[in-house]
Amino acid sequence: MNRRLFLRRLGSLLLSLGGPLALLRRPAAASVEGGKGGGTPFYGMGVDIDKCIGCAKCMDACKIENDVPPEPFFFRTWVERYIVQRDSNVTVTSIGTATNPSTDVVAEKEILRSFFVPKLCNQCANPPCVQVCPVGATFQTEDGVVLVDDKRCIGCCYCIQACPYGARYLHPERKTADKCTFCYHRISKGLLPACVEVCPTQARVFGDVNSLVSPLARLKRMNKIHVLKAHLNTEPKVYYANLDGEVK
Amino acid sequence: MTSPLGKLPDAVIRLAVVVVILVAGVFAALSALPPELKRSDLQRAAAVEVVSSLDVKYAGATACFDCHDDQYTERNQGYHRNVSCETCHGPAKEHTLNPADIKPPAPRDRQFCPTCHAYNASRPRGFPQINPVTHNPLKACIVCHRPHDPKPPTVPSECTACHGEIERTKAVSPHALLECTTCHVTPEQHRVTPRTVRPSKPVAREFCGQCHGTASKVPGPPKIDLATHGEKYLCWQCHYSHMPEVHYE
Repeated sequence: MNRRLFLRRLGSLLLSLGGPLALLRRPAAASVEGGKGGGTPFYGMGVDIDKCIGCAKCMDACKIENDVPPEPFFFRTWVERYIVQRDSNVTVTSIGTATNPSTDVVAEKEILRSFFVPKLCNQCANPPCVQVCPVGATFQTEDGVVLVDDKRCIGCCYCIQACPYGARYLHPERKTADKCTFCYHRISKGLLPACVEVCPTQARVFGDVNSLVSPLARLKRMNKIHVLKAHLNTEPKVYYANLDGEVK
Repeated sequence: MTSPLGKLPDAVIRLAVVVVILVAGVFAALSALPPELKRSDLQRAAAVEVVSSLDVKYAGATACFDCHDDQYTERNQGYHRNVSCETCHGPAKEHTLNPADIKPPAPRDRQFCPTCHAYNASRPRGFPQINPVTHNPLKACIVCHRPHDPKPPTVPSECTACHGEIERTKAVSPHALLECTTCHVTPEQHRVTPRTVRPSKPVAREFCGQCHGTASKVPGPPKIDLATHGEKYLCWQCHYSHMPEVHYE
């Protein structure tokens, strides 16, 4: 066999192997991208800033549903009140829960514009917390939710440091990292996350990112959408409508 | 012929036995370990199982409608149609499991509704808000407003039926006590053909000057000198009349 014959046979062998393989792979890839019609969903949340009234019902419901410690510095979701003042100073305060409201910090005549920003774990598609966990205790599920395995977590707090959104805290009793799970125990039963369930103005909507017809799809179609800290390439899946440029 | 082992010193053979036992022990231990400790996909599946089997506390609005269809129908016709039952009544999963003994609370006191409806400068403009200090003090909200269908207590006065956002903005402004007709002359026909026959709007600075000019005899409103204040501009090019911002000086 000379070299030319060898190369020709090798080429035809590769082609005959590659064709069927490519055919085999295509349906699999399509089902991941489609994410509907029986495929695994890829969950995300939408937040419409113009609808949030800062009533803190979401914060209360989250604490009840997920047994988050009652102290006002442990939150899986929280609402920030932004006040842009006439002298262009920006004041950001975390509003208290309904049972423990915060007081006004800026006199009304100083306010240029003001609004509430609900925040929670962004359930990043490219999560920095998962990358830094030394024991693999935090991971991303198939449906795009970042969870913490508290049997594996050693409480080293690397993930709390790595999260650019400050969405994690160390649970004071379990001594493990804790964060929003999109109420995984609810969504796996077909219920809405507790914060979305109780939001009185539909400022929060929840659904499959790839779905074509859902409140989330509608929010993304009808509004200008922004995500928090897009430049960090974390690919957050909490989509904000009508977000002000002052929100970092 | 001697055995090849016979040439090795005893110490090496003993060491080899120890090494073999150690290696065999490690393999035995590895095979005895449950698979969840060795494979991260099984570990994660177990963790997902733990997280998804946690107790649900909020039952979700559809669970409520199975029994409370009267309230469902009433709520669906009013402004609270998109407010979930558990937003006000609290988590009710326990109640769905044991409806007779466990009752969710029905908040009735005056502190509750202002959680959403008290005036707050950060709330979206047009969202119905009141000043709890001045709005019918000491009267419980539910005396006038049905929570499941919170219509205003009287038939809406003529302008607010359509111009609710302006009314609610004005209601928390210094102009709260002014009737719409103080500034807008409204022909009767406007109610029939609202877009073709429109109410008037003030056209001159002197209109606002009736109350706000230094020459005005009306006590209370802030006074300015029409001759020097605001140059060439009309009042409402700087001040939104339904929420005049400059009311502090």
